[in-house]
Amino acid sequence: MEGSLDIVLQLVLNGLAVGCIYGLVALGFVLIYKATELVNFAQGDLMMLGAFTCYMFVVWYGIGYWVAFAAAVAVVGLFGALLDATVLRRVLGQPQFAVVMLTIGLGAMFRSFASIVWGTEIYTLPTPFSAHTSRIGGVSVSHEYVSIIVGTVVLCAVLYAFFTYTRVGVAMQAVSQNQLAAYYMGIPVKLMCSLIWAISAGVAAIAGVLLAPVSLVDINLGFIGLKAFAAAVLGGFGSIPGALVGGITIGLIELFSGTYLPAGFKDVAAYLVLLIVLAVRPQGIFGAVGRKKV
Amino acid sequence: MRFVFRTSYAQDLTLFTDTVQRNWYIALLLALVALPKLAPAYLVDISLVLIYGLCGLSLMALAGYTGLVSLGHAAFLGIGAYAHVYFTQDLGLPWLASVALATALTAATGVLVGLPALRMTGVYLTIATLAFALIIQEVFARWDRVTHGLKGRPVDKPVIFGISFANDVAFYFLCLAFLIGGLWLTRNLLRSPTGRAWVAIRDSEIAAQSMGVNLAAYKTMAFSYSAALMGLAGALFAHKIGFLAPDIFSVLLSIQFLLMVVVGGLGSLHGALFGAVFVALLPVMISQARDSVPAWVGAIVSILGKGASDAAFGATDRFVKQPGLEPGIFGLILVLFILFEPLGIYGRWVKLRVYFSTFPLYKASTFKRQRAYMRSERLR
Amino acid sequence: MTFFKAEGLGVNFGGVRALDGVSFEVEPGQVFTIIGPNGAGKTTIFNLISRIYDPSQGRLVWNDEDITRVPAHEIAARGIARTFQNIELFEHATVLDNLLLGRHAHKRSRFFGELLFLPRVRVRELEHREAAEQIIDFLDLHAYRDRLIANLPYGVRKVVELARALCTRPKLLLLDEPSSGLSVEETEDMAFWIQDIRNLLHITVLMVEHDMSLVSAVSDRVLALNYGRAIAEGSAREVQEHPEVVKAYLGG
Repeated sequence: MEGSLDIVLQLVLNGLAVGCIYGLVALGFVLIYKATELVNFAQGDLMMLGAFTCYMFVVWYGIGYWVAFAAAVAVVGLFGALLDATVLRRVLGQPQFAVVMLTIGLGAMFRSFASIVWGTEIYTLPTPFSAHTSRIGGVSVSHEYVSIIVGTVVLCAVLYAFFTYTRVGVAMQAVSQNQLAAYYMGIPVKLMCSLIWAISAGVAAIAGVLLAPVSLVDINLGFIGLKAFAAAVLGGFGSIPGALVGGITIGLIELFSGTYLPAGFKDVAAYLVLLIVLAVRPQGIFGAVGRKKV
Repeated sequence: MRFVFRTSYAQDLTLFTDTVQRNWYIALLLALVALPKLAPAYLVDISLVLIYGLCGLSLMALAGYTGLVSLGHAAFLGIGAYAHVYFTQDLGLPWLASVALATALTAATGVLVGLPALRMTGVYLTIATLAFALIIQEVFARWDRVTHGLKGRPVDKPVIFGISFANDVAFYFLCLAFLIGGLWLTRNLLRSPTGRAWVAIRDSEIAAQSMGVNLAAYKTMAFSYSAALMGLAGALFAHKIGFLAPDIFSVLLSIQFLLMVVVGGLGSLHGALFGAVFVALLPVMISQARDSVPAWVGAIVSILGKGASDAAFGATDRFVKQPGLEPGIFGLILVLFILFEPLGIYGRWVKLRVYFSTFPLYKASTFKRQRAYMRSERLR
Repeated sequence: MTFFKAEGLGVNFGGVRALDGVSFEVEPGQVFTIIGPNGAGKTTIFNLISRIYDPSQGRLVWNDEDITRVPAHEIAARGIARTFQNIELFEHATVLDNLLLGRHAHKRSRFFGELLFLPRVRVRELEHREAAEQIIDFLDLHAYRDRLIANLPYGVRKVVELARALCTRPKLLLLDEPSSGLSVEETEDMAFWIQDIRNLLHITVLMVEHDMSLVSAVSDRVLALNYGRAIAEGSAREVQEHPEVVKAYLGG
């Protein structure tokens, strides 16, 4: 009995950590969707760029971990804002599908860029928490996992405060629902969009750096973005707490199905959950259903 | 200037608007029939273009005309391919029966995907098809008895009614025949009530309903027809590549198909074909460019002297030989098309044609895009 | 035989009671107008009839049949067509394609017949085209036949919306604010067309309208709504002089 409780607790811890990563990437999706109604299929690749940038600062230039972390987030955030200002601004107004294709194309370009600059090998990012574990009871607690969970909680608290206590959140919703009217109301629409992209890219970079010690740094890191879709949909695509809740749920489901279900289910668990949610309750846990008034 | 005079309602229903257009297409057909004599070296590549053409038609019918964007169509291609190979090689069915059965099976899968899709709109549907494709890829890897799993399985050459089509030329004509058939069927659907209902679903579901369009039935029909075409293409694709493995039918292949549709030009069958030519021939062009671009760069820089020329050649050569460059080029082309030519290659073709047919009265602002503002698509 | 009757219609949207016990009956060959301030529930009634919404109470009777729960896409086949307040045309299709879509309710061909474009499908297509051309004649849309909707001015779009509804050969036509956004001349044209629809095409018209001159000119019977409740019903003059209507809507 002791053993199986330990296993369950271990799975819960690991699932929480993995789920936090999914939640962070999903958070990035949701932020951009709430502001501009775009689904950014390149979110996972931004995460990958964040991980590589931090690796580059730490390993190539010998900068300390925390400074490199902050610098990587700043660089990728700025990159996100520039991306919006130069490329995405031109396509607003085109059908959503075209913009989705655009982000897919951008993602492919990011992967290519990473493979040219940093090569196609797999790298390890040395962090202050690497290879440290504590034991609590029968559960081995990896410091890397704890750093992921703590980092996610702190980030979400900061973002929640930002969106609840500033006027930016309301302005962003206006921009996403009717851009022309938002212009008329004096909202600096273009600045809002770039700001949201900067925040979203920064969040992706943070997710990438937190994940790097666990899953190693290579150009295919971005495919986690696909599972993060499941998290965003499960939580409700327009809901910020939903993204995190969805991510943690998916993480837990994945870990538990890897242990208790036949082989192969772990890889597709996230996608099965996604399909079930979309078939049964498309608006997710926290989402709202909108209907056009005719 | 050329005017097309319409003299009867029946003229609007025909496949070609007038004899001039019909003659152009006949000339194209003759050129394609003569291709094995004119350019035998490219025959294998053109066969792939024809198969991709079928794939493009499939996705154009679903995404371009009905507005249901699918990121998982490679899964249908795989289902058609594996089913056909299983039916011919394991069950020993005759070729045509096997293809028909594989097509029907894929169409049935399309219905299964379409049913839950009725409740999803816009981007949710795209994500759902993506998830479906990833699950199907896993099924391909695990279902050893039928697919031989990750080991992959080789595909024999087609044998129809005892005649072997192993020859490149014979296979080329087989693909051409199927593509023309697929084009004809799709064109028929698009000029009938079904095609109009699909366009109505894309543009305004509420208005379509109030005109009597059963949304559920037509969306399912669209998915099923699109999957059927993909299944058919899958059977030919299996013969073309000669060896099936699960990682062929990946998300990247689905993205390539969408690229085909976007680059070709959404909303027209010509666009599907232009896109197919583009996507199938792009890897060929890239590998040829890989060989020739460093030499050009070296030649241009040789003005500065041999040393600089060699250095430039070396640098460019290292750059283009990178393995990760090809997806990046695909991505870049996709991005450039969406930014600067959203109507795709066919759009550019139409602009050229209008220029020549209205010469010298062409106005530069004929196709000028209006400034568009984003409106929420969440409330449909 | 009941031509069209609404009994005790009630609709709740969350906590808002959009319609509360609205009842009225439409006789064949009438032009029946519903007036009232914005938010009174007029378009909501149309959406109930088109089955876009479900009523919380009440029922709708059409040709002696209870259509309260019929699926939305079966309404057109039963002979009811509607136009939309904010035009819901198919933007990327031509005017002709929009009108041909109006014929969808009369489609007789099946999928596989269309796939092969059998001769009987071709014959049907020509019949649909004839029918659409008759409506184009009726509403003078010849010049716009092959233009994309996206390129048309607002006034023409409204007419195309009307044409598309007429193509379904309805027995009851629901017009949602037919004159909104139209100039004085275009509104006069619309008045003539509504009268022609009633007199020549023998179609009953149920209309929501704000323009009182148009209402007086064409209506046989008027119903006034306010806050989801019926406050007056009668001839155009009776309703316009009713004190509650004056207080709630017309001012004076």
